[in-house]
Amino acid sequence: MKDFMLLFHSEPNMEYQPTPQEIEAEIKKWHNWIGGIAAQGKMKATDALGYQGKTLHTDGTITDGPYVEVKEMVGGYLICTTETIEEALELAKGCPIFDVGGKVEVRDIMVFEN
Amino acid sequence: MLGHRKVESKDIAIIFKEEYSNLVAVLFHYYNLQDLTLAEDLVSETFVKAMKTWSHKGIPDLPKAWLRRTAKNLLVDYHRRQQTFNQKIAPNILNKSDKKYSSNITEEIIEDSQLKMMFVVCDPSLNNEAQLCLALRILSGFSIDEIAIALLSNKEAINKKLYRAKKSIKLNRDQSFNLSRSEYSDRLDNVLRVLYLIFNEGYYTSTNELTIRHELCWEAMSLCKFLEDKFSTENTRVTALLALMCFHASRLEARSKDENVIRLYDQQDKSKWNQHLIKKGESYLNKSANGDNVSKYHIEAAIAYWHTTDKPEKWSNILHLYNNLLLIEYSPQTAMSRTYALAKVKSPKTALHEALKLKLDNNQYYYCLIAELYRMDDDRSQEKSYLQKALNLATRAHEKTLIQQKIEAAKIASILF
Repeated sequence: MKDFMLLFHSEPNMEYQPTPQEIEAEIKKWHNWIGGIAAQGKMKATDALGYQGKTLHTDGTITDGPYVEVKEMVGGYLICTTETIEEALELAKGCPIFDVGGKVEVRDIMVFEN
Repeated sequence: MLGHRKVESKDIAIIFKEEYSNLVAVLFHYYNLQDLTLAEDLVSETFVKAMKTWSHKGIPDLPKAWLRRTAKNLLVDYHRRQQTFNQKIAPNILNKSDKKYSSNITEEIIEDSQLKMMFVVCDPSLNNEAQLCLALRILSGFSIDEIAIALLSNKEAINKKLYRAKKSIKLNRDQSFNLSRSEYSDRLDNVLRVLYLIFNEGYYTSTNELTIRHELCWEAMSLCKFLEDKFSTENTRVTALLALMCFHASRLEARSKDENVIRLYDQQDKSKWNQHLIKKGESYLNKSANGDNVSKYHIEAAIAYWHTTDKPEKWSNILHLYNNLLLIEYSPQTAMSRTYALAKVKSPKTALHEALKLKLDNNQYYYCLIAELYRMDDDRSQEKSYLQKALNLATRAHEKTLIQQKIEAAKIASILF
């Protein structure tokens, strides 16, 4: 078994002002998708990232947000445990990020021997 | 007044059962005996003495006080006997705790000793079964026979387990004693787990001895209530577990032996649910919400609460809670219950799609779940073939009968419709 990280990318839409009902429905969608992975016993960790962000550059300058220069940003991640990367991709299907035209990047998590 | 009510001989068994755990705990902790087997022997000796004395002098007005006094005297005798063998250690023990021997065993001392005992018995280094046996024997005063019936085992096996468990506690006693407040909280999780195990043993096991099953549940509840009185302010998990037990226990009477293997509450006679216990559960559940900590007991209690209601948001809340529960702790049972809730919220087809991904092969309840989802989706022939798979795995007679009945129903349905 190996750990893989699913990274959720999407284009930020700062104008979008969802109603509380819309937010709740969105959260439910994510919850149900994550619950499905957890039900298979393959879930390790997950978090959603908010809009507050700053980036520190090599020269010491600090810019606002991760999103000013990029077309897309990471909105969250999920770590799952599967045999293969194909299986992790299978889990990525049904991710609610696709509903907003986003995408899921699947990466293996490196393990270093001591 | 009330104290003068004549104690009848049929009460003696109950008194012995109640006092057993009290006396063992007090001897073990308050009098620093620190040897479970010895404490149990002294308590047995106390009871033998009581039977002899009471049979010709009659039962005293305050039998419990009599037993406590006698147990204490027997302990003093024991130390005296030891003294002649060991001049060095025994005098020390006697001198150090002289004050203790001169006073009576109060309710307060008993409670304190009982509480400590819970944490000694639920020793994380023992396996589940050993902790269960020990808890039933030492905390609840169950006889070896009763434990054997309750745990679907036999006397010899239980005796062996108890013997090994007590030996191991004796070896680890330095760790088990004088636990600090923080160590108590660390061990609390384990204590809660054992209480939950006892409760579930009564709630789910298939032993035909219904009285013993129910007694296990009430026992676990009373221990949990006792713990709740002591720990609830600093730990809401205890209160949440108590709420969970109340909700489950409210259905004890309504559950019949041949209830559905995947526990469909829908099919129970709700008028038989104990409303008083449901109300109790609700108040404990509310109380348990007074903290930041959300444990699996909180979530399970909330799920049990929603099952008692008929509100429209019931199933979507249950699904949400199961999703959260899975994030705290995965278990096949939770995964299956979650999938059933999904069928209720979305559709049987959606749930089937996810159910097939669970891959809990060789689990009869899993096949029953898939069969049930096919039934909800009106595919009776698939339902039948999954029930057949479940039947091949089932070992308990009443479960076999139930699956068999469902297969018949599916057969008829697939012919007629």
